[in-house]
Amino acid sequence: MAKKLFSILVYAAVLGMAGAAMAAPDVKIGATFPLSGNSGNAGKSAMAAIEIAAEIINNPHPGFEALPLGAGKGLTNLGGAKIKVIPADHQGNPSEGQSQTLRLITQEKVAGIVGSYQSAVAVTSTATAERYGVPFVVGDSVAANITTRGFKWTFRTTPVASDFANLYMVFLNELKSKGQPINSVAVVFENTDYGVSVAGTVREAAKAKGFNVVADIAYNANGADVSAQVLQLKDKNPDAVIFISYTSDAILYMKTFKSLDYMPKIVIGDNSGFSDPAFIKAVGELAQGSFNRSAWGVGPKDSVTWRINEMYKAKTGQDMDDTSGRDMQAFFVLADAINRAGSTKPEAVQAALQKTDLKADQLMMGYQGVKFDATGQNILASAYMIQLIGNNYIPVYPESAAQAKPVVPFKGWK
Amino acid sequence: MVLLQVIVAGLLIGAVYALFSSGLTLVWGMMNVINFAHGEFVMLGMYVSFWTFTLLHFGVASFSVAAAVMLFILGILVYLSLIKHVMRGPMLAQILSTFGLLLVLRYSAFWAFGSTFVSLPENILGPSLNVGGILLSAPKVVAGLAALAITLGMHLLLTRTMLGSQILAVAENRNAAMLMGIKPDRMQAIAWGLSGASAGIAGALIATFFPISATVGESLGLIAFVVVTFGGFGSVPGAMVAGLIIGLIESLSAFYFGPVYQDVFVYALFVLVLWVRPRGLMGKA
Repeated sequence: MAKKLFSILVYAAVLGMAGAAMAAPDVKIGATFPLSGNSGNAGKSAMAAIEIAAEIINNPHPGFEALPLGAGKGLTNLGGAKIKVIPADHQGNPSEGQSQTLRLITQEKVAGIVGSYQSAVAVTSTATAERYGVPFVVGDSVAANITTRGFKWTFRTTPVASDFANLYMVFLNELKSKGQPINSVAVVFENTDYGVSVAGTVREAAKAKGFNVVADIAYNANGADVSAQVLQLKDKNPDAVIFISYTSDAILYMKTFKSLDYMPKIVIGDNSGFSDPAFIKAVGELAQGSFNRSAWGVGPKDSVTWRINEMYKAKTGQDMDDTSGRDMQAFFVLADAINRAGSTKPEAVQAALQKTDLKADQLMMGYQGVKFDATGQNILASAYMIQLIGNNYIPVYPESAAQAKPVVPFKGWK
Repeated sequence: MVLLQVIVAGLLIGAVYALFSSGLTLVWGMMNVINFAHGEFVMLGMYVSFWTFTLLHFGVASFSVAAAVMLFILGILVYLSLIKHVMRGPMLAQILSTFGLLLVLRYSAFWAFGSTFVSLPENILGPSLNVGGILLSAPKVVAGLAALAITLGMHLLLTRTMLGSQILAVAENRNAAMLMGIKPDRMQAIAWGLSGASAGIAGALIATFFPISATVGESLGLIAFVVVTFGGFGSVPGAMVAGLIIGLIESLSAFYFGPVYQDVFVYALFVLVLWVRPRGLMGKA
């Protein structure tokens, strides 16, 4: 009896293995983010977005057909293989980013990687991927040097500082042409990598577009007081003030604007602090009419983006943010490339990524498309201007994406 | 006019520094113990205020009291469970133990409250006061008045009351104080409690205009040490004067030379004062 049972079990096992061999094996994609540490929240949000993207690709969900692989039949060119996301926590630490990338490549044998939130981590992680020849798609890190090192395995879907800087200036010019007298700008920025590099690009773009940069204020984001900066602005009286700030300093600026009764005509916040839900909760009612950038919009009910946001809300309890959206887009681009390659061989995926040519209507983010130049940077990456009205940011520019007309001047708390 | 506003803004933030530092003066100046976790005490005072406001809808006056009481208890607990024991060890053990306490409190706060910033409603203390065209931020005016009151109260407590004399006696000579029938542990526990209470009040008032997070001690903690050293060890009024001077220098240098250079001026003056007068502005020799 026991012998018979044993042979049945062996039969079953052999059959089972044969069955497994017939279904295409899972395709592994690595996702490296700060899942703990100071930026743990941002990393977890991005990871949730990526898991939803895998869910959309792996299982049918009606309404996503516009996206590549949105039919939910897995990777069709690989026998309907499912995607398995392998998370890796780099804790915001560049050297940990390197070793996690190494683990994903050598132990998990992933077909490609997405990441990394902090630019400093993306810089080291992509270097490891380059050495091992595995495609790395950067979804959200914006430092220029990620794609200027001649790497062949690094691709970046997100818009970068120069895209934002141009957007701000084109937008200001548009307001000017509509009769708003905007000639001078002030750049106020926190004095670490992020603020300094973005401010430099904004300053150049402003000068190139004929604006007069009347104040250029670097400050320490950990400072206890920003009154002197606001008084400097009051003194120089620029038409538009562009902030490159983190959360607590952005909150302090808006409070100090009110306590010193200062209101510039136009306030632009470069994402980060101004996009933090904590900012809107704390000082949303003082910052009415401030502009910001985003490539993510929830869109009308039943649209693809609206559905994605519903799935995200069901999973995390909050609306999806721009950063997580950009990571999700990177994941879709990588999955699409693996599918077009019809293989998980790194060279084939790399070639498919190089040939990527997605149109705006195939994306869930508001880019004009995805097409990489020789450095791996997406040349169709773009963002739109959004404006804080009530508790929400509403797209206001360019007109193709706008849901409302921009309201100037800055209303603040009045 | 702008210059006057810059000066006023500097004095106001200086008053906030003085308020922040008031509790530190007591334990550092009077007892020769450096409490590196003082900024974390203030941070906890901010959270106590936030939660009593959010959950129990307490107003500013009541949540300041709540924060003071909670932090008074915490101060005593910290003394009894930690400081009392490490006081017997070498100086380095005292320094490292409060530094350890700083890390424990900061990261426990991260764990308990998350890394998201929270804030009290922006208008909780009303709009800015307009005095002849100069705008005075209401929360900072209140913070400044509270700093004055605490400074004065503490000064009177230490110089005019029996309790104060006993605290000072223990600070001066523990053994002699014991011979006079003073219980040193009780006095020091009370001093830590008072230090905690003033940190709690500082936290409550700073929370009315500053975003609350576990890392707030990073923004304000260092400056408190500068204020106490600058003002003079053991001098409560000295810390008040030092806070105002530092706020003023910060504001003027930030306005004329840029915010990133303000520390150059503050610390240059700090080093200069200590060079000329090592005991600080008002410290006893």
